[in-house]
Amino acid sequence: MAYNGHQRDDDTADEDETPTKHPRSNKDMPGCLRGYVDKEVAAPAGRASSSRCSSDAMPRLRSDSVKKSRPPFPWFGMDIGGTLVKLVYFEPKDITAEEEQEEVENLKSIRRYLTSNTAYGSTGIRDVHLELQELTLCGRTGNLHFIRFPTHDLPVFLQMGRNKHFSSLHTSLCATGGGAYKFESDFRMMADLQLSKLDELDCLIRGVLYIDSVVSSGPSECYYFENPTEPERCVQRPYTLENPYPLLLVNIGSGVSILAVYSETNYKRVTGTSLGGGTFLGLCCLLTGCSTFEEALEMASQGESTRVDKLVRDIYGGDYERFGLPGWAVASSFGNMMSKDKRESVSKEDLARATLVTITNNIGSITRMCALNENIERVVFVGNFLRVNTLSMKLLAYAMDYWSKGQLKALFLRHEGYFGAVGALLELLHPS
Amino acid sequence: MAECSQVDSSKASRHTMDKSITLPPDEIFRNLENAKRFAIDIGGSLTKLAYYSTVQHKVAKVRSFDHSAKEAASDKLYEISVQEEVTARLHFIKFENAYIETCLDFIKDHLVNTETKVIKATGGGAHKFKELLERKLGLRVDKEDEMTCLIKGCNFVLRNIPHEAFVYAKHADSEFRFQTTHPDIFPYLLVNIGSGVSIVKVESEDKFERIGGSSIGGGTFWGLGALLTKTKRFDELLQLASKGQHTSVDMLVKDIYGGSYGSLGLTGDLIASSFGKSATADKEFSKEDMAKSLLHMISNDIGQLACLYAKLHNLSRVYFGGFFIRGHPVTMHTITYSINFFTKGEVQALFLRHEGYLGAIGAFLKGAEEDNPNQYSWGENYAGSSGLMSISPDMNPMQRARSGTFDMLEMDRLERQLVNLSLLQDPSSYIPDTVDLTEDALAREYWLDCFEEALDGVVKRAVASQPDMPESVERAEKFRQKYRHKLQTLRHQPFAYGSLTVRSLLDTREHCLNEFNFPDPYSKIKQRENDVALKFYQKAVRTLEALSWEERQFALVRGVLAGNVFDWGAKAVSDLLICSVLESDPEFGFEEAKRQLEERPWLVDSYDQWFHRLKGRPHKCALFFVDNSGVDIILGVMPFVRELLSRGTEVVLASNSGPALNDVTNGELQILTERIAAMDPVIQAGLKEDRLTLIQSGSSSPCLDLSRLDKVLAMVVRERNTDLVIIEGMGRAIHTNYYATLSCESLKMAVIKNSWLADRLGGKLFSVVFKYEVPAGTGGLTEAAAPPSP
Repeated sequence: MAYNGHQRDDDTADEDETPTKHPRSNKDMPGCLRGYVDKEVAAPAGRASSSRCSSDAMPRLRSDSVKKSRPPFPWFGMDIGGTLVKLVYFEPKDITAEEEQEEVENLKSIRRYLTSNTAYGSTGIRDVHLELQELTLCGRTGNLHFIRFPTHDLPVFLQMGRNKHFSSLHTSLCATGGGAYKFESDFRMMADLQLSKLDELDCLIRGVLYIDSVVSSGPSECYYFENPTEPERCVQRPYTLENPYPLLLVNIGSGVSILAVYSETNYKRVTGTSLGGGTFLGLCCLLTGCSTFEEALEMASQGESTRVDKLVRDIYGGDYERFGLPGWAVASSFGNMMSKDKRESVSKEDLARATLVTITNNIGSITRMCALNENIERVVFVGNFLRVNTLSMKLLAYAMDYWSKGQLKALFLRHEGYFGAVGALLELLHPS
Repeated sequence: MAECSQVDSSKASRHTMDKSITLPPDEIFRNLENAKRFAIDIGGSLTKLAYYSTVQHKVAKVRSFDHSAKEAASDKLYEISVQEEVTARLHFIKFENAYIETCLDFIKDHLVNTETKVIKATGGGAHKFKELLERKLGLRVDKEDEMTCLIKGCNFVLRNIPHEAFVYAKHADSEFRFQTTHPDIFPYLLVNIGSGVSIVKVESEDKFERIGGSSIGGGTFWGLGALLTKTKRFDELLQLASKGQHTSVDMLVKDIYGGSYGSLGLTGDLIASSFGKSATADKEFSKEDMAKSLLHMISNDIGQLACLYAKLHNLSRVYFGGFFIRGHPVTMHTITYSINFFTKGEVQALFLRHEGYLGAIGAFLKGAEEDNPNQYSWGENYAGSSGLMSISPDMNPMQRARSGTFDMLEMDRLERQLVNLSLLQDPSSYIPDTVDLTEDALAREYWLDCFEEALDGVVKRAVASQPDMPESVERAEKFRQKYRHKLQTLRHQPFAYGSLTVRSLLDTREHCLNEFNFPDPYSKIKQRENDVALKFYQKAVRTLEALSWEERQFALVRGVLAGNVFDWGAKAVSDLLICSVLESDPEFGFEEAKRQLEERPWLVDSYDQWFHRLKGRPHKCALFFVDNSGVDIILGVMPFVRELLSRGTEVVLASNSGPALNDVTNGELQILTERIAAMDPVIQAGLKEDRLTLIQSGSSSPCLDLSRLDKVLAMVVRERNTDLVIIEGMGRAIHTNYYATLSCESLKMAVIKNSWLADRLGGKLFSVVFKYEVPAGTGGLTEAAAPPSP
């Protein structure tokens, strides 16, 4: 709530901003540019870099045409995944009095509803700590809000959209994720909304590159863990993701997609695995009777996986030196559970922890193999599985470092699960 | 105990949980009295015991009478004696850990050889049972590294068992598609799925490296499965899984997308998130569905990692083993599916018939290094080995009970080292057998019936071959039971010993006959037939000599073909011919056979090309794989050989090392050729000048596997720059090698003496196959265009 109170009536918004003008701040990002601009060189060369995207580069455009090409409010980007719906909402803070008067009631009510609450219904949540303030998008300045709710509550959301006459705003709703396809007809039937469907991987990459480029103050968007193999000395450190290519982007949602990214538009999906966040939660629910991700994580944080897993030392009494396997390495996940006695002696917390460790390490080893096969040394992990999940992040950092003998670096991004939705919003503003 | 047949052993083992069952010892721990060098591999649930032993059995030997000394008691050409021979055999027995104590007691009681001091041990349970082993057997337990044993064992089976590896295809006509082993077995990837997963790259006999692994393995399936379903046993979990529907537990692509994710080519049925639908507190899931989902999750994960490692190390041969696989159709299917998915078919998942024995074999080899077992060739003994058992949940209960208790593998040390024929165009793709009966259900049914019907005759013949041994009737009866049981097993499990072929059916019969000391049931018949035919040799040669060159060439070919009609193994061969031989009038029979032969054009007829070729320069050296004894070899083949020699072509006659049906053996052929040489200066000169050479093929089969030939033969063939290979007879040129492509000229000659087969090939009884082939790109025509030799 504290964050929520922090609202600025910053009206320095420049309707008159001419495109030739340099960005006022690092946050003033290439509003109408597709390309992201490196922060360090933004001021002098910012526009120049835009020539990459000739179709969108409109350097001599007059302000009124900027206005015309700009979609009407509200600006949403949506990513409907297997488990969660991620919604980003741009709240303009530079609304003129004239605009205020013209603004229809529906729009106002949506804006107020979203910005004055941090929870919606029983399951919708606004991640206030992720909010990006004073962001300039398409010449408008405002705050970017990050909201999520479970996919199974999508009907409630649609009902709300219907109640608030969302469709009367004649906005197009850009959506990505599988749900954009699956629920397209529901959007049309229940809320009279036409979805503009976007590819989730395109959106993901666009979102990652954009957010990384606009965040400059506050906590660094990208970070890593220093000394990942020494728990005592392991600390989170900011990382500057300049010159990011090539990078391996690992998106851990319900399932996992692994992408090799060579430029904003040149990427390929290397592989994926069905053992992802959904597996962690699904197995935890079955094994412990919990029902939410938070609950599962909480239990995991209190458990001990070594009671559940069979370690190398459980088999060999110590290290398996012949093959350089340390005694503490897991030889068989859930291997101890083959024994009835041990099944009876483990706690739910132990099981939750073992599930987390199993899924995380597996993602780690598949990622590592992909990095080797693709010859890429930098790995960025994103996706909502990592939300409030320091345990997994540290495990991934450890696994990358240990098994690659320091060759691979695991990087993380603060807006972990929202990049697809951000990418969808960018598509609304600057159709490619 | 003597009556204990395998059927009895399966009955006894119904009580799988009864630890004090009476073992049918003769059937399981065979040849224990001479056993030495023990090795044991104790896994989580199964124990594998290995030992080396010697087997004494009877072999038929021929010895030439000294005709000059006039001591010959009869007019017989040679005498046949049955001698005792000692051969080496490896025994491997697999049984449940529950029986370990009973088995050790039994071994202790029957172990006469006291020289053995050490038992090599490997496997996770080796430690646990160390004390028991030492106390019960009085042997020192010497532990060997598990992985090293596994790899050693794997190399051994890949090298010595032709149909060891197979591809599993659940929905195909035959689930098991056996692979011909590449002559060079290295490099390969072995993915061992025990409680965890080890991924090992094997580059040579001694060089291997664990390049990776995963903790998600069989233990995860078992442990997590037990937690989720409250089902304790691994097999039961697999059974549950085979009945479940994973789609109720897994989140599929279509659950997220409503359909497929077209732009990425991900179909709607792909699993997007394993257990993704169980992330809820208010829904119950069936045990079956959860087990199935878990199985998919683990199999896919292992398959994916295996592919990533195979790609990184650029390996295309990936073998899977470990208790997770061990013949379970369910896991073989899911792993295969996963590999196909992740590599888009570039890598095939391979499985091994004797996967469960690898550790024991390896441990044994470690202990036998002083004997250097790798310098020999070994062959699977079909009579003593249980064969691959499908333990599919819907398999019939008789087989299930057996597979869970005692399973045996026996390997005979072969006298000769076997290698590839260097003249094979592509040794890696060579498949000896023409028809794979595992895939061809119609043919399978016919041949199984055919062999079953012929069984009475074989039994009779076996008894008749040993008239002075009254107990032969009883032995022959045991042979009948054993072979009939094998045939029955093969009806249910055609894949039990690799691809089922006419060759394997014939070989199995030979192994079973040997097992019951009928080393050569046809020896007497062969002897008589040879005696009689020899008397007409000179006349036959004279007749041929009287012909013009052109006429003679055709008459020689017809002679070989007519001679080939004399085959006691073929049921269509009329009594008329048999009587002609037995009544000492083979000439009549020979003419009768020629009359029965199909007139040209033959079913397969490239005689014109052959004839044209004969006008060209003579071949440097011909390798001739001969078939039957008697009329065939003496009146058919020898005149043909004689003509080749006269043309200036060297001839290597390759005949069987050991007896099979009425095929002429190398021992017999030596004597016959000497006798012919005494009558025929051409043959005489050939022998003397070393232009006619007799070499054993290394085989004791009526068929021919050109990838397993005697090393000496292969060497001679290479040294002499052999440029023509002649293969004669149905077994060698039709059942096998019909499609074999060679890098030199080849001639395949046979008469089809089986109406069903004739029908299949579009011919009729006594149709002729005369297949002369010149490898593509060589100058067959230019040679033919050369001026005729004088």
